[in-house]
Amino acid sequence: MPASLHMMRRKVVNAVMLSLTGLCTLLAAGTLVFILGYLFVHGAKSLNWDFFTKLPTPVGEPGGGMANAIVGSAKLLLLATVVGVPIGFLGGVYLAEFGENMFADAVRYTTDLLNGVPSIVMGIFAYTLIVLPQRHFSTLAGGLALGVMMIPIAIRSSEEFLRAVPLSLREGAMALGASKTKAILTVVIPAAKHGILTGLMLNLARVAGETAPLLFTSFSNRYWSPGWEQPTAALPVMIFTYAIAPYEDWHQQAWSAGFVLLTLVLAVNIVARLILSKRGAAPR
Amino acid sequence: MSASSATVTGARPSGRAQSLIERLRGGDEIAYLITFASAATVILVTLLLVFELYHKSSVSRKAFGFSFLTTSIWDPVAGHFGALPFIYGTVVTSLLALLIAIPLGVGAAIFLAELAPPRISDGLTFLIELLAAVPSVIFGLLGIFILVPILRSVEPALRSVLGWTPLFQGPFYGVSLLSGGVVLAVMIVPFIISISREVILAVPGDQREAALAVGATRWETTWDVVVPYARKGIMGSIFLALARSLGETMAVTMVIGNDPKIHTSLFAPGYSIAAVIANEFTEATGDLYQSALIELGLVLFVLTMVINALARVLVATTTKKGSG
Amino acid sequence: MTRRMIWAAFAAVFSIGISSAQQVLINAAGATFPYPMYSKWFDEYHKKFPNLQFNYQSIGSGGGIQQVTAGTVDFGATDGPMNDMQLKEFKDKRGSDILHFPTVMGAVVPIYNLHGVSQQLNFTPEALAGIFLGTIKKWNDPALTVANAGVSLPGTDIVVVHRSDGSGTTYIWVDYLSKVSKEWETKVGRGTSVNWPVGLGGKGNEGVSGQVQQTPNSMGYVELIYAVQNKLGYGKVKNTTGAFVQANLGSVTAAAAGAAKDMPDDFRVSITNAPGKDSYPISSFTWLLIPSKIQDATKRKAITEFLQWMLKDGQNMTEALAYARLPQPVIAKETKAVSKIQ
Repeated sequence: MPASLHMMRRKVVNAVMLSLTGLCTLLAAGTLVFILGYLFVHGAKSLNWDFFTKLPTPVGEPGGGMANAIVGSAKLLLLATVVGVPIGFLGGVYLAEFGENMFADAVRYTTDLLNGVPSIVMGIFAYTLIVLPQRHFSTLAGGLALGVMMIPIAIRSSEEFLRAVPLSLREGAMALGASKTKAILTVVIPAAKHGILTGLMLNLARVAGETAPLLFTSFSNRYWSPGWEQPTAALPVMIFTYAIAPYEDWHQQAWSAGFVLLTLVLAVNIVARLILSKRGAAPR
Repeated sequence: MSASSATVTGARPSGRAQSLIERLRGGDEIAYLITFASAATVILVTLLLVFELYHKSSVSRKAFGFSFLTTSIWDPVAGHFGALPFIYGTVVTSLLALLIAIPLGVGAAIFLAELAPPRISDGLTFLIELLAAVPSVIFGLLGIFILVPILRSVEPALRSVLGWTPLFQGPFYGVSLLSGGVVLAVMIVPFIISISREVILAVPGDQREAALAVGATRWETTWDVVVPYARKGIMGSIFLALARSLGETMAVTMVIGNDPKIHTSLFAPGYSIAAVIANEFTEATGDLYQSALIELGLVLFVLTMVINALARVLVATTTKKGSG
Repeated sequence: MTRRMIWAAFAAVFSIGISSAQQVLINAAGATFPYPMYSKWFDEYHKKFPNLQFNYQSIGSGGGIQQVTAGTVDFGATDGPMNDMQLKEFKDKRGSDILHFPTVMGAVVPIYNLHGVSQQLNFTPEALAGIFLGTIKKWNDPALTVANAGVSLPGTDIVVVHRSDGSGTTYIWVDYLSKVSKEWETKVGRGTSVNWPVGLGGKGNEGVSGQVQQTPNSMGYVELIYAVQNKLGYGKVKNTTGAFVQANLGSVTAAAAGAAKDMPDDFRVSITNAPGKDSYPISSFTWLLIPSKIQDATKRKAITEFLQWMLKDGQNMTEALAYARLPQPVIAKETKAVSKIQ
């Protein structure tokens, strides 16, 4: 092939392939826009006051809402935070401040392992640990499953943000006579607090949408769930149950619930990331 | 008790007792203990998890042994349980997802890292990473009502082009291995894009400049120099995406068809490990049935653990050093 | 100010959790077959006694049996009666007997989604068995066209939809198929979960209805009310006398007529393929599974009183939802049996 033709071919390939990559990007970015738009169109229109305040109606009867599922999800997330965040945060402090030994490496490895556990397996774990011995489904079991899922991310992000605090700050504190603990409490943690809080937000947003671990832990409930020892409705589980059913009314509610859930999850994500990027030196 | 401590009232004890008390007062020991205990809890919880999976699956493991992994019968009536149809469904949907997501993901990563101006690149990446935050059940919801009908209308075209392979033969119902694979592809593409973009950005500029200096086109530079340099990291992102897709439950359950059989055609319904556990766990009557499902959970756990480990090794060695 | 508001909101959410301390929450799970009926009953009963909440989750009969045996729910529900092995397992695990209480009778109907076919189809036992065995693959198979002269059936493949979960509706269906097809009985057999030769799985009666609704040229089996509420086409089935009978209150009641007289003490009986020219061949009782010993006195009172209500006032609500009420002899026998719950 003459040189000039060869060159032209290379130029054509160049143009084609580069445009293809642009197309790929458009597809990927466009998918999110599409999902959001579709859920908005289908979900927002049937979003009414009833949805947020009423309980589900008997099967086949139209109307009703998901008030109990919304509160149920809130309770589950509250419990998950109580379970997952202290362990995760304090563990992250250990890894950041004291963690240059083999034990710390083992913890990091285990954290990665736990992070990779599929959520359905977490559900099995909570079932065997709590539901079976207690002999009933409960918010407690569901909250525990979600809480354990929060631990790995809480540890990792806490460690990263604490490590990102410059050594000079710590040394400054120690030079002024503070003990290591005081230095951590009064200087290091406050310096990292934005990162840690946003990490917590992202973590919560992630488990807020989890369905699988709840299927046989918090189960579901037609009514309000008193306390922590009874099964409870939760938003993602309702979406699942309603989506696979034949009732058009339920489909509508599934769209509405999906819209509410997605909006909350994305809002938290966007806010968290904006805070992180504004703060600048956020470790990846 | 240190005999050398001064006995004058009010005098501070000396030596090792002194530093212990001071450390306690400063709180360092306590801080260390509390944080150490928290860190140790992670290990304990994980060990407990593995123990429970192993222990509660013992009935099934004893009954079937290793043949559990190779049997393709799932018969609750007769009490014959085999994992093969679910392993097959899980692997096939994940591989199909990768087949779709890898070109899409690497392509987009190349665009975002090499071509797009920084602000647009950041903005688009932000949007794409948000896709990773969308809950699985919402993908399932969209899968049922949008993707499956779309696939139904696309099916004749697919069949006419690819119908000569056994992969695209047989009746098509909508819910199928194909639908499962496509949904998974959408869900894992953000991971591939995000990580691949970062490793490509990390490739040193002089590599690119050297290639351009000898006359390579932008594409040739990217494809023949930069991407191979970032190869290990990209592979890592692929393994990470694979690990995620293996464990994905809700979206797959809602579109895969729930048929515990091995069909060659992608048009046929199938079943994944996570989906069968989600569907059948609350109603597994009898110890053997439930134990078999828990054993499936154990299999899934081991599978994702191995893939995740591979992923980590690949990503770590790349972002640390560079070319492989 | 904002901090106080946050704490107030927090307390409000929390208190919603614990304020209902007077409420008695009774958890039950099981069959999807009678779910519309139970859902209505528990709702009405809650209106009558606002402090009592019966939380019934429709997860399938298999789930009902499993959860009541594991003790994670207070009572279960099934349309496939527990077999002797399951009865023994309950006794071993929970230390008491498990009692079956029939609640209503219903029918399992063959539903289909066929464009261009608006008439009601007739199904012979051979056709149904063949379709679900996978030996009859197309809608215009002779087995179907012969019974449906005058309907132009397309030559498309039949997409079979069955249950993916452990189901009493499945039990009724395969119990019937086992009675009318030797091949079915030997190849597949009876159970709440079987090894289906063909088809897609849907979760619950709801899932099968949804799947058939979404999938052209499909057919499945669901409880009658699901077909009616979702306006799905359902067919007539040929009974033992050769007549094609539609499932309705009359035909289901006719099917139970024989069994009502000879009801065994434990109420476990099958009325599929019942004799009688008006009988619908795929009918069944459905049962609540109640432990014979209930520790919690409040719950025991609530459950036994509900049962009595169900046998009187509850029976008046069945027909609106296309379930047949229990025959009088059965009600009488059951009313006596409630006292077995200690």
